[in-house]
Amino acid sequence: MKEFLEGSRTVAETVKRCKPGVISAYPITPQTHIVEELAQMVANGELGSSFVNVESEHSAASVVLGGAAAGVRSYTATSSQGLLLMGEVIFNIAGLRLPLVLTCANRSVSAPINIWNDQQDSISLRDAGWIQLYAESLQEIVDFHLMAYRLSEDKSVMLPVMVCMDGFILTHGMETVDMPEQDQVDKFLPPYKPLYKLDPAEPLTMGLLADPDYYMETRFAIQETLKEVIRIIPKVSEEFKSVFGRDYKDCLIEEYFTKDASKVIVAMGSVCGTIKEVVDQMRQKGKKVGLLKIISFRPFPYIQVYQALKNVAQVAVLDKAVSLGAISPLAVEIKATFCGKKKAPKVISSFVAGLGGRDITSDSVKEIFRKLTQQECAQEFIDLKPELLTEEYEG
Amino acid sequence: MKDRVLFRPGHTACAGCGQSLAARLVLEAAGPNTIVTNNTGCLEVFSTKYPESAWGVPWIHSLFENAAAVASGIESALVYLGKKEGINVIAQAGDGGTADIGLQALSGMWERGHDILYCCYDNEAYMNTGIQRSGLTPFNSATTTSPAGTQSFGNIRPKKPMPEIALAHGIPYVATASAGFGQDLQRKVKKAFSIKGPKYLQIHVPCPLGWRHEPNLTLQVAKCAVETGLYPLIEFEGGVLVSRRQITPKPVEEYLKMQGRFKHLLNAPEEIKKIQEIADNNIKKYGLKVENTTTTEKS
Repeated sequence: MKEFLEGSRTVAETVKRCKPGVISAYPITPQTHIVEELAQMVANGELGSSFVNVESEHSAASVVLGGAAAGVRSYTATSSQGLLLMGEVIFNIAGLRLPLVLTCANRSVSAPINIWNDQQDSISLRDAGWIQLYAESLQEIVDFHLMAYRLSEDKSVMLPVMVCMDGFILTHGMETVDMPEQDQVDKFLPPYKPLYKLDPAEPLTMGLLADPDYYMETRFAIQETLKEVIRIIPKVSEEFKSVFGRDYKDCLIEEYFTKDASKVIVAMGSVCGTIKEVVDQMRQKGKKVGLLKIISFRPFPYIQVYQALKNVAQVAVLDKAVSLGAISPLAVEIKATFCGKKKAPKVISSFVAGLGGRDITSDSVKEIFRKLTQQECAQEFIDLKPELLTEEYEG
Repeated sequence: MKDRVLFRPGHTACAGCGQSLAARLVLEAAGPNTIVTNNTGCLEVFSTKYPESAWGVPWIHSLFENAAAVASGIESALVYLGKKEGINVIAQAGDGGTADIGLQALSGMWERGHDILYCCYDNEAYMNTGIQRSGLTPFNSATTTSPAGTQSFGNIRPKKPMPEIALAHGIPYVATASAGFGQDLQRKVKKAFSIKGPKYLQIHVPCPLGWRHEPNLTLQVAKCAVETGLYPLIEFEGGVLVSRRQITPKPVEEYLKMQGRFKHLLNAPEEIKKIQEIADNNIKKYGLKVENTTTTEKS
């Protein structure tokens, strides 16, 4: 049924249809509306979950870890500092091979403290062993959460999934979304049947000490699984299409006018909507421009990105995060895709934009296209205010 | 299931380890229908070195400080499944994992009212990493990070009052126990599981390596801590003191001289006096001293 909803409400309505047994969260802007909505659903008896209000994000992640270990579908959501405070639990959940879904309402990282959107929080946890999906719209938010549980609980996956949505832009924005019917969701996402669980009838030890004779294989196993996930996500997407009718193709990337393009921007998340609009305008003027949207940042779809960009002359990579002291995170992946390849873009330029909630307008996108020339750009920050950089400290 | 060994031998604990003894007693009292969460620490390391496990019950280790939160998630999952009745949930940790790094998660577990028994195995320092001081290291004890020296008698602070912190949360059951008094320990575990809600049990467990005593003296050292008044065995239900082990107090010097960690005090009578004052305060506060010489225990 089509409804006009706020982003956070959209998440809550979707999570409700996934029927998690344990929900735990700690409030942080801009995640709060999501868990407030879920708490109200539990209070109204619409949702039968155990809702655990904790004293920190570290415990929120630990509670859902415990819920999943006990064999129950579990859910949490956070942002920014909250995700960083969860950090060691985030790694731990993946290492324990527990299925879980976490919504990250993407927000910048302190200091300075700033509650607005960029993607530094989830990007900083890219090496944790989680699957990371980045959504452009509220419809994708609904659909990616449904796919996230399917994927996470797949017996050949058994890894947690982080669904990333830009804070405020998506969490607090309103759109018309097609909310799925419960029977459709039940068909796509059957009740969770754990492979392993903590059960006195069949005692099991979880979280053992692995010495140098054993540790490395556990990491290798996750790496191999994530390679396989590149093949599993398209299958889940195909099944999704058969139940709900929406087609995300391989659901790893989305190509927008890339086939004949000479200039393409690569980006993730809500900014892709703005880029599409600019591409439409420029296409009307005959410019051969396009967008490559990355949906799955982890695992990273190198082969699909290669196929999409191999004939494109100039590629601009737009990062909403920085790996301070190095090339930007998404730019690194795009460059790695073409390292040692004969067919490759002549130029892969790196741009950083939108940090701490600075608007990425259609003008910002146009500027990126303008700066995408034969001269490769190592790393340029878009919409910087030079006047703030020259201010001197007067002590 | 009746014949199942709940905590199997063959693990790699040191000879004379008070913690392994106490953990076995706790689990045997709790029985097979128990799920355990365990913070990082000696107990976790010596009992679950892959591919072996000493545990005959479902057991999970996640991190150093989150056993109380993981247990909260497990308990919430059991409630959701309608399977909580008949299943005991234990969260357990050492003193550092309880009183220092794990205190926030533990406070959250208490405040939320989960039906969980939290067991702190108190060996009074970070033994797993090599005898560094914790918030439960006693006054004037020498550890590797609170060593005695020409300008120091060791740890400068008394033990963090964890049982009182637990009581301040208004939880229904708080008790201390000792590896030296096994029957009392097991009675308290059973008592705890007869009460719904969050429970705290702090168990004094000698560590021959860290305390520097012979491994065969573990039980004597544990008993002596109680008999001097330095480790009162107390039990609270609903915030009310319902039992305490009464003693004919021995001078603290008897306890101190058994252990290398207090060796530097033996020529410092003023410092021993300060420790005696701690014991005397405990004795007074909880009424530990026997009035009648024929009674040794009141419970």
